[in-house]
Formats: sequence, C-alpha cells, structure tokens
Amino acid sequence: MTALPLLAIELAWWQATAIKVGAVLTVIPIGSLILVYVFLFKMMSHMQSRLGPMEAGPHGSLQVLAEAGKFLQKEDIFPARADRAVFAMAPVVVIVSTFILYAVIPAGPDLIVEDLDVGIFFALAVSSVSVIGILMAGWSSGSKYSLLGALRATGQLIAYELPLVLAVVGVVIQAGTLSLQGIVAAQAEGEIFGFGLIGNPFIFTQFVGFVIFLVAAQAELTQTPFDMPIAESELVAGYMTEYSGFRFLFFFIAEFGTAFALAGIASTLFLGGWYVPFLPDGLLANLAGPAVLGVKIMFVAFLIFWMRFTFPRFREDQLQALAWKFLIPLSLANIAVTAVLKVVM
Amino acid sequence: MSEFLRSYLTVVVFGAAGMALVAAMLGVGSLLRPKRPQPQKYINYESGVDPVGGAWAQTQIRYYVYALLFVMFDVEAVFIFPWAVRLEALGMFGLVEMMIFIAILALGLLYAWRKRVLKWA
Repeated sequence: MTALPLLAIELAWWQATAIKVGAVLTVIPIGSLILVYVFLFKMMSHMQSRLGPMEAGPHGSLQVLAEAGKFLQKEDIFPARADRAVFAMAPVVVIVSTFILYAVIPAGPDLIVEDLDVGIFFALAVSSVSVIGILMAGWSSGSKYSLLGALRATGQLIAYELPLVLAVVGVVIQAGTLSLQGIVAAQAEGEIFGFGLIGNPFIFTQFVGFVIFLVAAQAELTQTPFDMPIAESELVAGYMTEYSGFRFLFFFIAEFGTAFALAGIASTLFLGGWYVPFLPDGLLANLAGPAVLGVKIMFVAFLIFWMRFTFPRFREDQLQALAWKFLIPLSLANIAVTAVLKVVM
Repeated sequence: MSEFLRSYLTVVVFGAAGMALVAAMLGVGSLLRPKRPQPQKYINYESGVDPVGGAWAQTQIRYYVYALLFVMFDVEAVFIFPWAVRLEALGMFGLVEMMIFIAILALGLLYAWRKRVLKWA
C-alpha cells in the first residue's frame, strides 16, 4: 500500500501511481510553456530592447497557445531521402527521455513519482538517452545540415556529460545518499557553523560543483554559448532542419522540458529543494513545497537563459577544450577536496 | 512484489504514460493537419538550391578520440558513485584508495593531453 498522507487517505498502489503520473505529465508541458513565455519570448525581447510577441492575450501571454495551434495545423513532412521509421521515432525518443527525468524530482515530502534509491544517478542516466534520439534524427533525415548538427550535438553532449556527473559526486559525498529526497533531507538537517535552524543548502559548500553543474547543463541543453549543434546561421537548425509540425514541436518541448528538469535537479541538489524551514512534513509542506521549488527553478532557469541571451557562440574546439582541459580536472579536484574534508573533519 | 521492483514498475508505468501522451498528440495532429503531397516538398533542404548528393556519405568525425576518452571516464564515474555514498563508513582507507584511483585517471587525462589527443585535428 502506498500511503498518500496529503489527503489523509490510503490509496492502492495503482491509484497513487495514476494520480502522480497524471499530475506530473500535466506539469511538464506547463513548465516548459512557462519557460518559453517568460524567458524566450519576454526576457530575451526586453534584454534586446524589443517587445516580443504582444498580440495574443494580455502582453502576448497567450502566444504559446497560438504557437501550439499553429504547429497542430502543419503538414507532417517526411523527406524523400529520409529513413522513415527512424525519422518518425527520433523525436519520441528525445521527449520520452525528458518525461522520465521528472520521475525522481521531488516537489514535496510526498510529491514525487518515485523516490528511487539511486535517484540522481537514474536522472543523469536517463537524461543522456536523448543523445541517441538526436543522432537518430540527424542520421535519418538524409540532410547534410542535420548530419553535421547531430554529430556536433553528440560530441558536445558526451563531453559535458562528464562534468555534469562529476559535479554531482561532491553533493553525494556530503549527503551520503543518491536519493533526491535523501539529499533534500541532508540539506534540511545541515548546519552552517553550528547554526542549524534553516538547514545548509549545498551551494555554500559545493559552490564549485554548482557552477560546473550549471555550465554543463547549459551545454547539455545546447543553449548559447554552446549552441553549435543547432546554430541557425551555420546549420539552419542542425538535427531539426527537416522536421515540421508536431515532431518539430516535440524537440522544442523536450529542450525546454529538460531545461525545467535540470533547473529542478540543480535546485534540489544545491539550493535545498522543496524544503521550507520550520515546516514539519505534512499537508502544509506538500502545499508550500512546489511553490518554493518553483521559485528556485525559475531562479536557476533565469541564470541559464541569462547566459544564453548574453554570450556569443563558442567555436567547436574551444567547446571541447573547456570541457576536457578545464571542467573535468576542476570537478575531479572538487571531488578530492570534498572527500578529504568529509573524512578528516 | 518487492518494494524495490515496485518502485521501478512505477517508473516504467510513468514512461509508458509519457509514450501514450506523445502518441495521442500525434494522433490528434494527424486528424487536424492537411496533407497535400507535392514532390518538391520532399526534397532535402540545402539553402534553397537543389541538394547535391546525399548525406549518407563518409563523414569525418574529428572527435572520435573524445568518445573513447568519454567511455573511460564514464566507467570511472560508475565506480566513484558507490564510493561517494559510503565514504563515511569507508573512512580513511576508502579515501586513500579513491585518491590513488583518481590520480591514475588524472594521469591518463594528462597523457592524452600531452599526446595532443585533445587538440583539434
């Protein structure tokens, strides 16, 4: 029996699962639509001294729905040279890997699809499955732009997978668990120089890890300054060039859905997650948790998109050099220092 | 069913629901969207001119050596995670062991660096 103390009723496993799956599958598109509107449409426009979409709804707030309607009416075009089966499957692989990422992100004491023992490891593993989908898309399109974009994306994603994974190890050493609920609890129980009332978010002790994680997440999301795989001025849209209609929209939702999820993971690992000081686990924490986590996600996403709208694009060799010659040695050093401090102190 | 297996069953159910959602969206789309086939629509995009040759040709993958390095470091990450979880219990012994392991890996990276593997060829 899985208890769902939120409503003080006992639900069977399948009932609880159905509710959770339904709720989370609603959160994902809404989360990515919020990111698209707030950051891509509005923040980007205002940072570049223009208004952005203004016609649909107040201040253009219904533009995302208009876009969805537009994509719904687009013809589904398969290029004559394409490998049809692989071409059709590629966006599905990418978006499902994004969906599954949400299974382990906690938004409250009970608000999690499944608190796996290997939570963060699972999330990192699942997030890298999207590389396969991208390679499928690029290869099956039968277009040169797509192939180049997919090869660039693959080289980039595997290079930045390592800093992303190694940056997390510091947190795991401190928390002593891989479960994301366990990591939240470890931060809630932490003390800052013996002052333990508000907990100790790992950003204070793992600041280097936080920065590495953010840079690597930026590259994993192929956001500028790491957007060579989809560079519009060189490759049109990289591996997405030949896609139209809903399949193109899937890549788009996956990009912003993954941004939302990685911001959520960064908030959980480094910023304390859903935990609210002085609030015992229960109904109140379940209500306040999502709001607190949401604010932190928007903050981390703001950092990611701020970088995106500010920096120019790297060169491909600069990108690989940054990962292999700087971030990976730095994250290894971070692991070593964290481990020594953990054992000695 | 054990608690362990059940927790992964939840994840499988979740993934299946995600796939069902994607399929449903595609189904709705296929009912609404137009279909007016014209041969020109199915030509690959190549900046407006007719494409020259196909894309399924030999391609130089400049960073295949990075991929080999990646495999090495990714396996290492799999070793580091269990150690990181149990570090408190392993104590000084585990620390020294892992420091030696990380030092050897760092030496490997340094070797690749000196061999100019990390250079754009």
